[in-house]
Amino acid sequence: MAETLTKQDIIKDENIVYKKTKLMTDKVLSYCPGCGHGTTHRLVMEVIDELDAQANTIGIAPVGCSVLAYEFMDIDMQEAAHGRAPALATAIKRLMPDKFVFTYQGDGDLAAIGTGETIHAANRGENITIIFVNNGIYGMTGGQMAPTTLPGMKSSTCPYGRDVKMMGYPLKITELIARLPGTYFVTRQAVHTPANVRKTKKAIRKAFDLQKQNKGLTFVEVVSNCNSGWKMTPVKANQWMVDNMFPFYPLGDIKVDGELVK
Amino acid sequence: MAKVKGDIVVDIERCKGCEVCIDACPTHTIAMSEDVNGKGYHYMQNVHDACTGCTNCAIVCPDGVITVYRVKI
Amino acid sequence: MAKELRLMKGNEAVAEAAIRAGCDGYFGYPITPQSEVMEYLMAEKPHERTGMVVLQAESELASINMVYGGACCGKKVMTSSSSPGISLMQEGISYLAGAELPCLVVNVVRGGPGLGTIQPSQSDYFQATKGGGHGDYKLITLAPSSVQEMYDFVKVAFNLAFKYQNPAMILSDGAIGQMMEKVVLEDQIPRLTETEIIKKCPWATTGKTPDRERNIITSLDLDPARQERHNLKLQEKYKKITENEVRYETIDCEDAEYIFVAYGTSARICLKALQLAKEKGIKVGLFRPITLFPFPVNQIKEMAGKIKGILSIEMSAGQMIEDIKLAVEGKIKVEHYGKMGGIIPSPNEVLEALEQKIIGG
Repeated sequence: MAETLTKQDIIKDENIVYKKTKLMTDKVLSYCPGCGHGTTHRLVMEVIDELDAQANTIGIAPVGCSVLAYEFMDIDMQEAAHGRAPALATAIKRLMPDKFVFTYQGDGDLAAIGTGETIHAANRGENITIIFVNNGIYGMTGGQMAPTTLPGMKSSTCPYGRDVKMMGYPLKITELIARLPGTYFVTRQAVHTPANVRKTKKAIRKAFDLQKQNKGLTFVEVVSNCNSGWKMTPVKANQWMVDNMFPFYPLGDIKVDGELVK
Repeated sequence: MAKVKGDIVVDIERCKGCEVCIDACPTHTIAMSEDVNGKGYHYMQNVHDACTGCTNCAIVCPDGVITVYRVKI
Repeated sequence: MAKELRLMKGNEAVAEAAIRAGCDGYFGYPITPQSEVMEYLMAEKPHERTGMVVLQAESELASINMVYGGACCGKKVMTSSSSPGISLMQEGISYLAGAELPCLVVNVVRGGPGLGTIQPSQSDYFQATKGGGHGDYKLITLAPSSVQEMYDFVKVAFNLAFKYQNPAMILSDGAIGQMMEKVVLEDQIPRLTETEIIKKCPWATTGKTPDRERNIITSLDLDPARQERHNLKLQEKYKKITENEVRYETIDCEDAEYIFVAYGTSARICLKALQLAKEKGIKVGLFRPITLFPFPVNQIKEMAGKIKGILSIEMSAGQMIEDIKLAVEGKIKVEHYGKMGGIIPSPNEVLEALEQKIIGG
């Protein structure tokens, strides 16, 4: 039986088990090969598609590699000034409480220039979802040191490695905001393997579900790679991420149902 | 045990040749092409018929270039 | 029906006007001398009166970006602050102008530079009328000189902001913000429903429905040709505003030999100086620009052909005088008189300056 099945028998619309969500536009992603931004974009759009919420969602793009996120997501979007996305989201959600509102931000945007906006939106318990992609580097501007660059890690502005005595320590902003009473669900995930992609999608779905229930701020960090900034092939970058980023930024839920995970 | 058979269709021109999908394939069905696409990237392709349609390659693909098909046999 | 009258501070008048103008959201941060705006709003519970959102943000940076977020949704949103806070907001104001978003920013000016003083000043004229932040842009700028105008200009500014899809600014000062005067209040204008907003602002991010393409609000365009076209479009808009929206007031200008040009608090001082001048037999009038951008260039130019000199009265080192001189094109003498550091000039000083700098000079 199996032997008689031809390619034509299998490749039929009724047999599709996975295809790119229609909420991703046909525009070719501006990201480098292997960059986790593409996967994360798609997961957010898959969740909105599953929630049938295209007409009810407003997204906010940051400044950084994902500055053009609005080119790829087929929803209404706003482009914020660097770091200010949570302030925009605050106003949108308060003015239109029935919409899903999310920000999509990188580590420079969220944890350096936008630290104030992030922490205060979290502390006010705004009913928004923040998707935070942390690759430990400023990708778009050419690989400079980020607030999340690991100790000893090289970047174009710490070419001999981050010397914490001189340059300060990497900021675990996710752990920090998890301690604020306004946050309800805080998790750290990754998208480099199929299993991790599935977990991340569940986390994003959960974050949006909780937003609908007005539980407070939900926050999904995605630890990701920056092949160009780290100067590695995508596959090697993913391995480097597992070996170096994950020990410092361990994956898993940090706060669930408003309670810190012990 | 129910058996399944799968296949994939790759949007070759959008593949950036990152190879992240290669390790994700449990049956080692996919590999990089010798040829390059219009942008000069080697692209991923199905090289034999062990595909089970598990979708691993597709969901890990940052550029969403893979469509997965599966039939029960 | 009898008019509704109330004795109010200028700052309170702004707040009450916002509620009655059907404003959807106010986002602010405390700073002297304008904190009464948010205090009044919070006390009034506008969420109960009209459903208006009022939020105290963590900074002026956050408040102007909340205004940006709300404006993107086609909402009638505003903030208020005073000079140092307005400086912090310049980033957001530039983005609002670049993305062509309507909003209202109220600046109750205090003296600078830096932390300066909490006393009134008019030293933010350049910042308000020449752009303020980065890039080629303009704010529609209205200058009230009474508490009634503080009230009235909120509605006017919102209307202009939506008409031209451009941020509007009310450039007041600490004196007008803090003084109490009688105000005639207007009836409540209802806030727009979401359906009305979608009709009025089809560009707004209200959620992508199947009947339209997605709406994107951005000030970014990396294509040089498109970016230039966008800038040319902005300039075309500012030209249209200049042609259509100039507002000013003239007092005793018809047979005047000399003119005071002054706005806001300075214009009030000049009213008394006019009286003193009349007693001395000096023929002087007052020209009060109400819109600072667009500046009444043509009106001043026309006047310059009939008079002997202009004294610009500003509580600054002389900023508006540059626009007056450009309008006058060197035809007559134009001098500045002003005080800084939070000092309001007295009518006698103003008249003395006219006599010394213009008539005798």
